Amino acid sequence: MDRIPILRMGEFLLVTLQVDMHDQLALRLQDDLTHMIQAKSAKGVLIDISALEMVDSFMGRMIGDISGMARILDARTVLVGMQPAVAITLVELGLSLPGVDTALNVERGVQLLKRALA
Amino acid sequence: MSDRVSISAILQRRRGQIQAEWMEQLATASSSKSGHVAREELRRQADDFLKVFNEALDSGRVTDISGAEWAEVRHFLEELSRQRVLAGFAADETAAFIFSLKKPLFEALKQEALGDPQRFAEDAWSATVLLDQLGLYTVKSSQRAREEVINRQQQELLELSTPVVKLWDGILALPMIGTLDSARTQIVMESLLQKIVDTESQIAILDITGVPTVDTLVAQHLLKTVTALRLMGAECIISGVRPQIAQTIVHLGVDLQGVITKASLADALALAMKRIGVSVTRE
Repeated sequence: MDRIPILRMGEFLLVTLQVDMHDQLALRLQDDLTHMIQAKSAKGVLIDISALEMVDSFMGRMIGDISGMARILDARTVLVGMQPAVAITLVELGLSLPGVDTALNVERGVQLLKRALA
Repeated sequence: MSDRVSISAILQRRRGQIQAEWMEQLATASSSKSGHVAREELRRQADDFLKVFNEALDSGRVTDISGAEWAEVRHFLEELSRQRVLAGFAADETAAFIFSLKKPLFEALKQEALGDPQRFAEDAWSATVLLDQLGLYTVKSSQRAREEVINRQQQELLELSTPVVKLWDGILALPMIGTLDSARTQIVMESLLQKIVDTESQIAILDITGVPTVDTLVAQHLLKTVTALRLMGAECIISGVRPQIAQTIVHLGVDLQGVITKASLADALALAMKRIGVSVTRE
């Protein structure tokens, strides 16, 4: 079965979403990620969606869920690399992803996390 | 159909006379204050029109100009209307091109039908019906040509009015001018978001000094833009809020919580520079 790789960058974890999500994949990712945060005592999670041309409400909710779970485990989530078209779609759908931090790219996301933890 | 034969035949037989008289009429009708068409140009147009008109008459129906037989004539009139519109003529002045043909044509019909009022009445009726249709078609074409011009200008205006300016490394500004509607906001939003990606900017300043009024819809559009920017990982500052607009926003009950607003672009720039860690000192 497919799974989404989770990369470790120091005290942060990087997840790159490249394919459209379905329920199983999303649940698996949430499971893997929460375990990984605990095992590596990660302080931040970067979710890179720069390769996604489309984000639907399911995906939006999943990102919100992941962010909530990570927060409980004391890790901050930053969503990075959203494409303009995706941002417009999400706004039109009324999904403003409250509580999720955002950054323009992975580099900026790391900066943001470092500043937040300092 | 006897009327078809007669109008067509008369037109052919008396073409020289009709054309000469028509030219007289045209010369007075076509030199209005809004534009002037050269006599040589008029002669050529009249000549071309009579040619296609005659062909269409020869080929078939004379009461209905929507058929394939009249395609040439319609095309000619469309082209003529387009030229006249671009030259600044009004629709009625363009239609006068057709209507001024009535007098010479009726004159010719009268001379042909000497002593036969019945025939003249029939011919005149079918000629009237035909020319009226052609005239109305000309009006319609010139209106359509005018609408095309307006549409194109609107499009150009839309493109002109949404420049995204880079104020500093990492700071973009978007001075908005004119009323904001859905179509414009959409374009503004798209170009701003794209520019954010291209320049890797962190802060965008939406300056609404040039926006005359803010109603709930405009406020809604602004909030959408702010949210989209946040989703992309950039921050948004709205500047240039005039006192009148601030009052309106509160009276409308629009919630701008979570949106940074500043009274002037200078204040917004100062804040933006502070956010990205740049300071300016006077020497």
